[in-house]
Amino acid sequence: MSQYVLRRLLIAIPSLLGISAVLFFVLALAPGDPFSELATNPNVPPEVQAALRARFGLDDPIYLRYLHWLFAMAHGDWGFSFVSRMDVDRLILQRLPATLYVIGSAQVLALLIAIPVGVYAATKPYSLFDQIANTLAFIGFSLPTFFTGLLFILIFSVTLDWLPFVYTTDIKATGIHYVLEMIRQAIMPVAVLGLFQAASMTRFVRSAMLDVIRLDYVTTARAKGLGQAKVIVKHVMRNAMIPVVTLIALQMPAVFGGALVTEQIFRIPGIGSLLISSILSNDTPVVMAVTFVFACLVVLFNLIADVLYGWLDPRISLR
Amino acid sequence: MAGLTLASPSAERGVYSPWRETWRRYSRHKLAVVSAVLLLVLILAVVFGPFIWRVKINDIDIVAGLQGPSLTHPFGTDDLGQDILARMIYGGRISLAVGLAAMLVSVFIGTLIGALAGMSRGALGHGLMWLTDLFLSLPALPLLLMLIYLFRDALKAMFGPEGGIFILIVLVIGGLRWMPVARLVRAQFLSIREKEFVEAARALGASPVRQVVKHILPNALGPVIIAGTIDVAAAIIAESTLSFLGLGFPPDTPTWGRLLFDAKDFLDIGPHWALFPGGAIFIAVVAINFIGDGLRDALDARRVI
Repeated sequence: MSQYVLRRLLIAIPSLLGISAVLFFVLALAPGDPFSELATNPNVPPEVQAALRARFGLDDPIYLRYLHWLFAMAHGDWGFSFVSRMDVDRLILQRLPATLYVIGSAQVLALLIAIPVGVYAATKPYSLFDQIANTLAFIGFSLPTFFTGLLFILIFSVTLDWLPFVYTTDIKATGIHYVLEMIRQAIMPVAVLGLFQAASMTRFVRSAMLDVIRLDYVTTARAKGLGQAKVIVKHVMRNAMIPVVTLIALQMPAVFGGALVTEQIFRIPGIGSLLISSILSNDTPVVMAVTFVFACLVVLFNLIADVLYGWLDPRISLR
Repeated sequence: MAGLTLASPSAERGVYSPWRETWRRYSRHKLAVVSAVLLLVLILAVVFGPFIWRVKINDIDIVAGLQGPSLTHPFGTDDLGQDILARMIYGGRISLAVGLAAMLVSVFIGTLIGALAGMSRGALGHGLMWLTDLFLSLPALPLLLMLIYLFRDALKAMFGPEGGIFILIVLVIGGLRWMPVARLVRAQFLSIREKEFVEAARALGASPVRQVVKHILPNALGPVIIAGTIDVAAAIIAESTLSFLGLGFPPDTPTWGRLLFDAKDFLDIGPHWALFPGGAIFIAVVAINFIGDGLRDALDARRVI
């Protein structure tokens, strides 16, 4: 198993390098020059400009610049945000917990909905429950997160006035009230993201369960006289979860997209809203770094899925 | 077509037409039929709407600002008193056009890469599949935002504010969504290229290009059509998301997402402003997804209903 994990880790490295290369070359190909402001400034003589360009290596061949950049990133030198007046890595570390908190709780909520609903729907295919669940799931993933977010605000904040629609980090209360307030303000963003996730997950779970439930070994288990609950949970679910794990991992880029939108709607100070505000204020180092962090998170979750996959299906880690 | 293998009940019925068989299977999916009608109505409305509803999209009338639905303004007005119905008709054209064009881009790239990977037996196929997997693990929305941030001004200078953004958004959305199509096409190619009828064509001396175009591709189209349909919905959502974040089309172009972006600060006094465009996005997307579901029933050969 540890060998399998190690192999997966080694496979993740080339894909991280590939992603970083894609990001860097996109940035390098983009029109616009960090020194364009200097070039139009009459007070800076051309020799100084040339010296500065040479000093920062802007005239080097592109692969050298990429290696320089990669080396700097690996050393934790992520640049400086001129808008926030602080180092980019510190800025991101400050914002990351809020994003992970919302995404993590949303995933848990999605699993808590999707697994029971999907499993129950698969045990009674084409029943009334199955049809209702299916239709709701279909509607759920056709509703874009920005619209559900606005609908939730309209219903729960504006009309009913139950929940706050702006997320704050400086809650005045202390102790238990602080915790309660933290939970209360996270309900809507987590629900928006979690329900969206739950919709597609329910479909994955249902179809994976249906694939497994017809297999012979399930009939054998029933013939041995095992109860329905035991057959479903111990025999069918464990095998049905294997493809579901992969499908959930493949969904991660979409989850981050949804999180970005949710953060923007509810003004959660996470890295998603940081990305938007840096784009609006032309803060290129932050834009670059946040995109890279998102890419790293996707690779990380793929890695976790691979490890889970190996644990659920030992045949894979032996190969 | 992949879905047109003879199913025994239809063969006994005498007159057999592949298209009729497809339609028979499609029409079993009631929601898909309803969705097709709904989408058709929506398309007709945005194409011919401006000829019937002749209110200008930028007629400002501050006095009539933020009014709810009424006879003069069926969908109400925004904060400047502009007619929301007229703006939605205009924006719907853009949203649907972006969806279609981005789908064409992604299907084209996906089919090309999938076909190349499916036909090659060497390093090229492996390399292309590695590229596909790499693209699959790119965070699409952040990257989309970054690309638009970087290339917006250059394209605006070349093609004008609306045209430039249109080209950029279509290329970027299409360019980040071709991977599922490529995987599907490759899988189809790998199995179809070993079938007897392709072998027969090869034995008769058909060149690889002819084998692909005349024999393999037509048989691999079913899944591509389904994936393409769902891509339209995904592209519409992607475009609306960009506009909703304020980073899509320029502020004076009222796409559905942009209308929501403008409306979100007026939810307490003018909820109609957000509900109509949001509802339109939802209806378009859910209809297209149901059509995709119906097409899956109709074109999937393995399923005999």
